[in-house]
Amino acid sequence: MTEALAVVCTLLVLLSVSFYLSWRASRLDRLHTRLETAQAALDAALARRGAVVGELAASGVLGPAASVLLADAAARARRAGERADREVAESNLSRVLRAVLAETGAAADGGDLLAETYAAARHVHIARRFHNDTVTAIHTARSSRLVGALHLAGHARLPAYFEMDDEPPAPLDQHWPDLPGEGGNER
Amino acid sequence: MRVGLVCPYSWDVPGGVQQHVGDLAEALMELGHEVSVLTPCDADTELPAHIVSAGRAVPVPYNGSVARLAFGLRTANRVRRWVRDGAFDVLHVHEPTAPSLSLLACWVADGPIVATFHTSNPRSRAMAASAGMLQTALEKVNGSIAVSEAARKTLVEHLGGDAVLIPNGVWTRRYADAEPLPGWPGEGGAIGFLGRMDEPRKGLAVLLEAFNDLGRRRRDLRLLLAGPGDAAEVRARVAPDLRDRVTVLGRVSDTDKARVYRSVDVFCAPNLGGESFGIVLAEAMSAGATVLASDIPAFRHVLRGGAAGELFAVGRARSLAGRAAALLDDPARRAELSRAALRAVRAYDWPAVAADVVRVYETVLPVGAGGPVGAGSGR
Repeated sequence: MTEALAVVCTLLVLLSVSFYLSWRASRLDRLHTRLETAQAALDAALARRGAVVGELAASGVLGPAASVLLADAAARARRAGERADREVAESNLSRVLRAVLAETGAAADGGDLLAETYAAARHVHIARRFHNDTVTAIHTARSSRLVGALHLAGHARLPAYFEMDDEPPAPLDQHWPDLPGEGGNER
Repeated sequence: MRVGLVCPYSWDVPGGVQQHVGDLAEALMELGHEVSVLTPCDADTELPAHIVSAGRAVPVPYNGSVARLAFGLRTANRVRRWVRDGAFDVLHVHEPTAPSLSLLACWVADGPIVATFHTSNPRSRAMAASAGMLQTALEKVNGSIAVSEAARKTLVEHLGGDAVLIPNGVWTRRYADAEPLPGWPGEGGAIGFLGRMDEPRKGLAVLLEAFNDLGRRRRDLRLLLAGPGDAAEVRARVAPDLRDRVTVLGRVSDTDKARVYRSVDVFCAPNLGGESFGIVLAEAMSAGATVLASDIPAFRHVLRGGAAGELFAVGRARSLAGRAAALLDDPARRAELSRAALRAVRAYDWPAVAADVVRVYETVLPVGAGGPVGAGSGR
């Protein structure tokens, strides 16, 4: 009788332990899926920014010198292969964009293209923050001893942060349409 | 895009989060998105078509006060049904750290989830104690938004997450065309204040002290005060010979709020701190008011470091009086600041803010693929 009870208890404990472990593993699995989505979104945002900046450079609305700077930075960002090179090249693109728009943005036409550039830069900022937030969540989840000892994360490599300067250019007043009734005399 | 918004607090009770969710829903619909809002609400409250009630919120003690929240398994089932029926492209929960609907939504939903954090509370015991449990639910959140730098800091410190900053919005057009109240601002100049008069941190005392000095030197200068609080008690703090030049409106409607901003030559926000954004300031700027505000970080930011409104030393009546006098004597400067304020506040206009929120949605949607948010068993 007591033996049967002991067997039942042992089975129950084993069952709940295995449930708990599979729950922990599925949480990790979900985090890794979230990371894949975040990584894809970051790649897409960077690619989009590169394309829009390329277009802005080609349009020439910011003048020839600024166009050369933009085209150069966008091309370097596109060509960079290794992650570390990419981080540097994309950061440089952010800096060039800020510098160029702060310098000549106020005088430029092509409001739509400028608004699109700002939106693309903002997308990069959002996507990188979400990516790195996901990386933090995975680091936290995998720092648990249980996860480490039982290899719950499988063979997935510990993800790395994407380090870059992603500060978008300041949204220029000129990007916003004029308010009705407000005189244009301050321009 | 089909968006499901979840509000954790009862819709029939006024509050910042409820207001934010309602305005965001409206702005998203204006941009052409389909929106459904799930919120606790009393049964007899009439709701617009896009607001869905998840049942009554129950008053329970939480975090040192009594909060009205929706929890429990029956509520979770309602959330599950709403998520399943809604077939949303993205689920956007607000304040998921409160033990209410938003947390339940995180628990039952599978798919792209965005969370907005409103609270800035550096010492939330409740949040610290429940961090472990919250973390499990928040792991499902693909991207977080904080409405202020302080709210973001709270999130970072308590839960180790990070968020993008998207400020609160203002419907600038609702303030743009308001008529001044009859007889205001008048020839002798007028200074305005709007906010809780009995809340020391709103800084009314600083303004009254400055007025006791300014009023003596300017014979016809008037003060217009609006907001909840005891009018008699406020008057008692003004020098007796100046009291008839102080008009106390008490609590005002939204329409009259807009009129107050346009009824004064200088709108003053003398807050001593604690403001995470300064919605009153943004509203006043939308009305084209000349703003004089205390130099706290939130106000400095909204006023673009002083370019869109004058700043004075926090809590210093002398500094306030000096700046106010200079502004009252210089109509050209006031007009210049008013124009700059109208321009600066466009960044906080709801359509612009909602467009930024949509950028967040686009970022969390799986590239190329997708499919609606599902409702699993919750784990």
